[in-house]
Amino acid sequence: MNSTISVSPPSPVSAMTATGLDVAVRIPPPPPPSGLPPPGGKPSSSGPRRSRGPVVELVGSALAAGASVWLVFTIAGLSAPFGLFVSSFLLFLVIYGVVCHSLHGTLVMKDRLATVAVWGGSLTALLALVAVIGFVVFKGAPVVFARFPHFLLADMSNFGGSSPVTNAGVGAAIVGSLEQVGLATLISVPLAVLTATYLVNSNSTLSRVVRNVVDAMTGTPSIIAGIFIYIILVKPRGTNGLDGLAAGLALSVLMLPLVTRAAVEVIIIVPEALREAALALGAPQWRVILQIVLPTARAGLITAAILGVARTAGETAEVLFTAGGNVHYNFSPLAPYQSDLPLQIYSLINQPSVNAIRVAWGVAFVLVALVLALFVAARAAGAAGTGRVSRQLRQRKARKRSMTMTKEPSP
Amino acid sequence: MTVVAPRAMDPTLDEVSIELTPVHTPADRRFFGLLACSAAIMFMLLVSIMVFLAYHGWWALSHFKLKFFLGTTWSAPAHPGVLALIGGSVAIALVALVFALPISIATALMINEFAPARLRKWLTTLIDLLATVPSIVYGFWGLEALSPWLNGTSEWIVKHLGFIPIFRTNYAGSYEHSIFICGIVVSIMITPVITSITREVMAQAPREACEAALALGGTRWGMITDVVLPFSRSGMVGATLLGLSRAMGETIAILLILSSNSTALTGHIMGPEGSTVAKQIGSDFTISSTQGQSELVLAGLTLFATTLIFSLGGRIIVQRGTGPRR
Repeated sequence: MNSTISVSPPSPVSAMTATGLDVAVRIPPPPPPSGLPPPGGKPSSSGPRRSRGPVVELVGSALAAGASVWLVFTIAGLSAPFGLFVSSFLLFLVIYGVVCHSLHGTLVMKDRLATVAVWGGSLTALLALVAVIGFVVFKGAPVVFARFPHFLLADMSNFGGSSPVTNAGVGAAIVGSLEQVGLATLISVPLAVLTATYLVNSNSTLSRVVRNVVDAMTGTPSIIAGIFIYIILVKPRGTNGLDGLAAGLALSVLMLPLVTRAAVEVIIIVPEALREAALALGAPQWRVILQIVLPTARAGLITAAILGVARTAGETAEVLFTAGGNVHYNFSPLAPYQSDLPLQIYSLINQPSVNAIRVAWGVAFVLVALVLALFVAARAAGAAGTGRVSRQLRQRKARKRSMTMTKEPSP
Repeated sequence: MTVVAPRAMDPTLDEVSIELTPVHTPADRRFFGLLACSAAIMFMLLVSIMVFLAYHGWWALSHFKLKFFLGTTWSAPAHPGVLALIGGSVAIALVALVFALPISIATALMINEFAPARLRKWLTTLIDLLATVPSIVYGFWGLEALSPWLNGTSEWIVKHLGFIPIFRTNYAGSYEHSIFICGIVVSIMITPVITSITREVMAQAPREACEAALALGGTRWGMITDVVLPFSRSGMVGATLLGLSRAMGETIAILLILSSNSTALTGHIMGPEGSTVAKQIGSDFTISSTQGQSELVLAGLTLFATTLIFSLGGRIIVQRGTGPRR
């Protein structure tokens, strides 16, 4: 908390500038107002040193609110942790507002309250994330590590109704997920990159229409992709229609717009100067795109693809009508009935047995671990930096340059 | 040849067209043909989804006509009323928005204006992570963790706020499979969507105006209310629409949590009532007769059209709203 919160340095902002480059504008913070009293506030007695006042006000209000609400709840004999928390927070806002108002005036009060609200809101979002992932780990890890490699390697054929958790195995589901998501990736990523390239480089009617199509389709309800594939691919083939291929196609319907959107955003920030330089040197468009634009955007494209994979790996609604599910290993996406991780979770939840629920948490743990690993991989790939030329490419270019310099006679 | 620079996608700029000497190699034409084909596949995909759904939903449409869209109870195959299901989807989406919107705006402000630079990066990553966790995991968590946790709260709301019609319930004592719980779970899923768009829009607020506000002695909150929020208002509306479309299409979490007691249109969010389009398709589709499937497909098409309109409208508003003002 800044003691002179009324005049605080604006934060560095990453803004899309006219060149389309993501440039972080850093504004140096103004020097601390050493002698001057902050407008609307009390003159600070300690000079340039930060006063403890704001912290004391904040903590004091929080303690007062928490204590009084707790007291009331205890006297009334209520046991509602959620209600306790909410009413303490509301009371805290009131007390803190009154304190700030009486000490610093209305403007500062509003600012402080808004700060608290913004912190509260974003912490709630993080709390949800922690609660979900924490709960999955808490419930799932014991199941996964009860019989460790076995859980990842075996299939579900020995697990049914009341059998112990250690009989379960998620291997078949992992194989199914890998094949289905891999199939979706093979279909979607090349198509998405080509489409994105077209959208960025062309301004034809088709391009404008497809831009809107991509925007609209990123919000496609996943169940729609499921019934679409069911109608065109599963139903006509009868009982053998449910297989990994259908599931992979259903996933690709969802993955295509996702990756396209992300790829457009990456390709668009390739510095214009690079393209223009290549065009000015007389390179045809296709070489500019294939040898300059896409290699420059490579890291970002990889991130886009991996994030697309991570997002689709957990989709359940598509595979509900398309994969079929299987308790045995099925390595072929063309053979009927294949399982996968989300479907396995879903079918376990629907079994009326306590152990099935426990195993479902174990599968959820595996799925979340897989998705998190993909997420981290995407971040790592993206950290290489879009718009930066890879070392390999730089070396190749340097080699070429030295070759042409020695070969070509100077004019 | 007029090469329209990649700026074409950037709505903040006028189209920058650069006249370059034509480099029309035949290879170029073939290459762009290939690119256009892949873009056309995208377009064809949307069209064929629409066409196939319409084809399979045709029976229901021709059989029930307008009754299909106006019926307030879904009891397939005899009396399908899609309004009941769309109403459920909207109810869950609205509950989700009530929670997600303030949290998203707070998070976006936090990332853009309040958090120190190092924390900012982490926050962005964590919010993206929130979007990556599979919806079945959220649904499972909502079923096993959240709804028992919130049981007492639901009971309190029904008891003390029951005079408000939406908090009334005909199923006292059973609060674990309600629209309310679904809404909270869905709100966690749409928070990252709304946050990331709002954040992008807010980042485009004119920095000079922000600095001017601060230089005139305004507080940070004053700067936000006077510069950032007015600038990004339409962007936030667009983000809300996008979140709404995402929330309406959510399937698996609702399929797990929401009860299948009644499929009538309901305004009571605390009890185990109501159903959504996606949930109904998910639970009934494979066990339905051909006619029942046709009805569900038509319901799905209605949902698809609704979400398409919302998400397209949202995008358009976001893009319009972030242009340079005045």
